[in-house]
Amino acid sequence: MGKKILLEHINVPGINTLEVYRQKGGYASVEKALKTMAPDAIVEEVKKSGLRGRGGAGFPTGMKWSFLAKPEGVERYLVVNADESEPGTFKDRYLMERIPHILIEGMITASFALGAKTSCIYIRGEYFYVSRILEAAIAEAYAAGWLGKNILGTNFSHDIFVQVGAGAYICGEETALLESLEGKRGNPRIKPPFPAVAGLYGCPTVVNNVETIASVPYIVMNGGDEYAKIGIGRSTGTKLISASGHINKPGVYEIEMGITVEDFIYSDEYCGGIINGRKLKAVVAGGSSVPILPADLILKTEKGEARLMSYESLSDGGFASGTMLGSGGFMVYDETTSIVKNLYTFARFYHHESCGQCSPCREGTGWMEKILHRIVEGHGKPGDVDLLWDIQRKIEGNTICPLGDAAAWPVASAIRHFRKEFEEYINHPERIKDVKHYYSVHQLASV
Amino acid sequence: MSKEIKFNEETLALVDKLINRYPAGKQKSALIPVLHIAQAEFNGWLSSETMDYVASLLKIKPIEVYEVASFYSMFNLKPVGKCLIEVCRTSSCWARGSEDVVRYLEKKLGIKEGETTKDGMFTIKTVECLGSCGGAPMLQVGAAFHENLTLEKVDAIVENYKSIGKQRSYTDLDYKNTI
Repeated sequence: MGKKILLEHINVPGINTLEVYRQKGGYASVEKALKTMAPDAIVEEVKKSGLRGRGGAGFPTGMKWSFLAKPEGVERYLVVNADESEPGTFKDRYLMERIPHILIEGMITASFALGAKTSCIYIRGEYFYVSRILEAAIAEAYAAGWLGKNILGTNFSHDIFVQVGAGAYICGEETALLESLEGKRGNPRIKPPFPAVAGLYGCPTVVNNVETIASVPYIVMNGGDEYAKIGIGRSTGTKLISASGHINKPGVYEIEMGITVEDFIYSDEYCGGIINGRKLKAVVAGGSSVPILPADLILKTEKGEARLMSYESLSDGGFASGTMLGSGGFMVYDETTSIVKNLYTFARFYHHESCGQCSPCREGTGWMEKILHRIVEGHGKPGDVDLLWDIQRKIEGNTICPLGDAAAWPVASAIRHFRKEFEEYINHPERIKDVKHYYSVHQLASV
Repeated sequence: MSKEIKFNEETLALVDKLINRYPAGKQKSALIPVLHIAQAEFNGWLSSETMDYVASLLKIKPIEVYEVASFYSMFNLKPVGKCLIEVCRTSSCWARGSEDVVRYLEKKLGIKEGETTKDGMFTIKTVECLGSCGGAPMLQVGAAFHENLTLEKVDAIVENYKSIGKQRSYTDLDYKNTI
């Protein structure tokens, strides 16, 4: 346990510079790929590695790459999704800020495998300062000959640029991202065609998450089989987990998939337990979109087995008693937390971020926010819980992109597991009056 | 009193550089980056004159600029204070006290969320998740993240911007070294 692939050198002083990154073996995968491997052989290694998309959907990366259409004379693009906007997720920011070159190295190697002459990092606008760090690292890579014409004297030439977004969660959806990159509103496209056939400017395009691409150098250097030995079952490799909420040590942790959730929450190597020794109430394990689970179901599956940090174990039991690994945005709530108020912050978020194309999402997210608002303000009406349930059911599966599902699932799961708390708010508003149900900054200052 | 809506030579060269990184005919891809620059240079918000100017630079229709500017939350379509204080309010920040931060700022600056102080120095805005959940509660001013807030830290941040505020440009977005 405890193998590090991405963050192995995170604390080495100067690891953000090309010089130190090279001393630690950086850019070796570019050399190996360009000089000794055929592009398709790299795709094969990524397939063998079992690497799955780290943005949240978990789609096999090698398969995504193999779908890329390759018509003669048409440009192909690699676009890195650094839009990271799923509440609870901040791992990509950490990685890009600390080790920008691991992403750039991965992009060059991946672009060689895909036959892309140009690649781009689309980064959310709020991460502007990180875009400066990336630009500086890219400039270093150009100066040292890792980017530009005829890299390492081969026929492969490559350019990278950074595109800054401007505040829109929806641009993390790959087709909305491409629309935004073309200078338009971030409205998701109807699929098919998928980006692998018609992506940026109508050209075949692969869109991958930052962490996914940053995993490519290790796979190329060590082989897909070696990577697949790390982790558990079909959850191969390591995963960056963004840990936040009521824990002693919030931050980004690289875990080998398969450790127990209990170990992750309570061990000093990771979250270090709940602040002030309070009891665990609930966890959102994979970013705001995935179902919230109460303490007993996040620590153990319904069958009574220890829940593991892996795609399969977290989804064990389906949505009735399980959740998803998602983006790895791991939010922990202690016994004082109001699940109803927390859900209101999610509903408000999705209403704000709905692009407005599809009626069920545009209207439904607004209704859910409004109903939850009146409940948390003590004006809930009998039947409001059923009404919320009904609305989320009618959003799920009825929209062009997954934002509708993402808005529905937190509502469904909060009602499924914490219905009594909603009814308490509606039936006894006097009991919740003046109760904060969150930590005040005063309390935290003394932690 | 507001200066003429026109970039200087240096900025125009930067816009050209941005346009040239896209394939011929795809200059509209530069729209969001150029709007950021325009907002930073023209008083922190996008007036219709500013948006029309950007449209003319990119040789696209004004409506193509309006529809984009109104879609993205970082573009201000109304004037804002010299220091736009954006406080995150989504789950992890909420759970660690962001409502206290907003209330404290409102009291300290004598304005409500969404308002600007009379001297035009500060605007308070609540925003959705800024990807800093591990540093909750947090706020952003320009490009800078201020994390693990306490009320004392909020005091220090406000004092700092008060002292440099008048000299400060509307945003801290420094595009000069764009590749």
